[in-house]
Amino acid sequence: MEWKLKNMRPGFGEALVELGKKYQQVVALNADLSSSTTTHLFGKEFPERFFNCGVAEQNMMGMSAGLASTGKIVFASTFAMFATGRVYDQIRQSIAYPKLNVKIVATHAGITVGGDGASHQMHEDLALMRVLPHMTVIAPADYWETKKAVLKVAESPGPCYIRIGRTDCPLIYDESYEFNIGRADLLKDGEDVTIIAVGLMVSKALEAAEILSKEGISARVVNLSTIKPIDKRMIIGCAKRTGAIVTAEEHNMIVGMGSAVAEVLADFAPVPQRRVGIPDVFGESGESEELMRAYGLTAENIVENAKIAISMKR
Amino acid sequence: MDETIPELKSSAREARGWVLRMIHEAGSGHPGGSLSLVEVLVTLYSSVMRHDPDNPLWPDRDRLVLSKGHGCPILYTILAMNGYFDKDELLTLRKLGSRLQGHPSMNKTPGIDMSTGSLGQGLSAAIGMAIGARLDRRDYRTYCILGDGEIQEGQVWEAAMAASHYKVDNLCAVLDRNKLQIDGHTETIMSVDPVAPKFQAFGWNTIEVNGHDFKELLRAFKDAASVKGRPSIIIANTVKGKGVSFMEGSVKFHGKAPSDEELEQALKEVGGGEQ
Ligand SMILES: Cc1ncc(C[n+]2csc(CCOP(=O)(O)OP(=O)(O)O)c2C)c(N)n1
Ligand SMILES: [Mg+2]
Repeated sequence: MEWKLKNMRPGFGEALVELGKKYQQVVALNADLSSSTTTHLFGKEFPERFFNCGVAEQNMMGMSAGLASTGKIVFASTFAMFATGRVYDQIRQSIAYPKLNVKIVATHAGITVGGDGASHQMHEDLALMRVLPHMTVIAPADYWETKKAVLKVAESPGPCYIRIGRTDCPLIYDESYEFNIGRADLLKDGEDVTIIAVGLMVSKALEAAEILSKEGISARVVNLSTIKPIDKRMIIGCAKRTGAIVTAEEHNMIVGMGSAVAEVLADFAPVPQRRVGIPDVFGESGESEELMRAYGLTAENIVENAKIAISMKR
Repeated sequence: MDETIPELKSSAREARGWVLRMIHEAGSGHPGGSLSLVEVLVTLYSSVMRHDPDNPLWPDRDRLVLSKGHGCPILYTILAMNGYFDKDELLTLRKLGSRLQGHPSMNKTPGIDMSTGSLGQGLSAAIGMAIGARLDRRDYRTYCILGDGEIQEGQVWEAAMAASHYKVDNLCAVLDRNKLQIDGHTETIMSVDPVAPKFQAFGWNTIEVNGHDFKELLRAFKDAASVKGRPSIIIANTVKGKGVSFMEGSVKFHGKAPSDEELEQALKEVGGGEQ
């Protein structure tokens, strides 16, 4: 498939500036990565509401909690590695438990970080964030969904985690797209199998569906951008209609989006499911596309797993 | 061991050339904070540390933790120049399957004593190594290289407290005081000054030097080794991007590879392009 590419990160930075204009209470915090996260855009526009905390993420999360307790709408941002694992306890104790209005927007998630290697390739963040009570967890699929999600979460008080990547990625949506927290988006209908994807894997899922259709297999494609609260009705509906599920995510196969889907299926509509994701290993340095191939994050691997899932139907 | 000053200077020139070429070849990486560390690491591996490139896991070797892991291009270069692996391998930096990862990995690269990359964690590991030496009655020393933006991390100060509490005088830290982090000057982003009194208040012996002056560095490492009962830190005043006019003091080259033209110009300036 031919894709138009656009980086997701400016979707965040631009939405943040819009929010800053709209709401006096919006503040932004960063930890020495303001250009990479695009929060420098907000910093330029509203220097008095922008706080660069330096290379000190734990303190940034604590300051965010305090600011939120005074009625601010707080956006805290850094790379996914340092926005979750590094600060897990600060998020748990000072943000999630007291249910404070802190939006953590993490960039550079996943293997497509590329050359920086394993120390910077975060494959556990969805797992870490979705086990926290009170936390909303969102992984947008492209620039437009990032922008719309950032605008939307500002209207909904409480802790929230938004995960975006480093690289340019295929445009799935356009300006008319309407994002709703907790609502999955059915991108393509189909009968034989459902591919549920998040982030960069949404484009791979659409490519997989195209390959499958050439082989006479009709695949549904769903973008499950809100991982928590999860869209049970959509997942159950897909299970009942197509009888087989494949999940695809740029994340460890353990406890990520695929596991969240498996939990819903186990409870309400058990059907065969196959998971595509990072197979519980640390990453390594390399080019993004090359790494996606090396770790099975491809349309071809989704196709293969779709066929296996279909063959497992009773 | 114990190279003369002209020999050290020549090694530094060669090292700068490799750093620039390997980052250019990789297309990404961190030239600024690698070039500021050239003299520190040349001094350590040529004239200070006890180590054996043929036996990288020698239990009695001195250890080095590059806590500011993004500076690894210069560490890989020094390891290669010392014979840990072929210099040609330097050009595989950051490529799929390479032993030279974008940030140090102790299980992949001979000569790397600790995996790093997430800032603020190396000094704690170095204290563990220093205490390990004491438990095993070995006399090796442990070195730890910190960035000046990196010391904004709280864990660095937890470690600073522990190092003097446990009196690890077999530990010597080096602070690459190049005054810059990613978003700008350390003193405008999150001020760290005054650095020496902070470490002194935590019980450390501090030594301040010009981090590009071999004589001062040699003397500082010697002095640090002679101080008993407390850890030492050498505050190395350096220039980020040292040796390349358009990289010196510039945040632009914190994490950006030089273009073809920039590489050509940079190699001319450092005089290290001839190997
Ligand atoms: C915990 C953590 N937070 C953020 C980063 C991203 N990062 C890489 S280098 C850097 C700036 C470091 O500045 P400094 O320590 O002064 O390094 P130098 O100037 O020597 O390159 C940052 C924020 C990181 N690697 N680890
Ligand atoms: Mg610095």
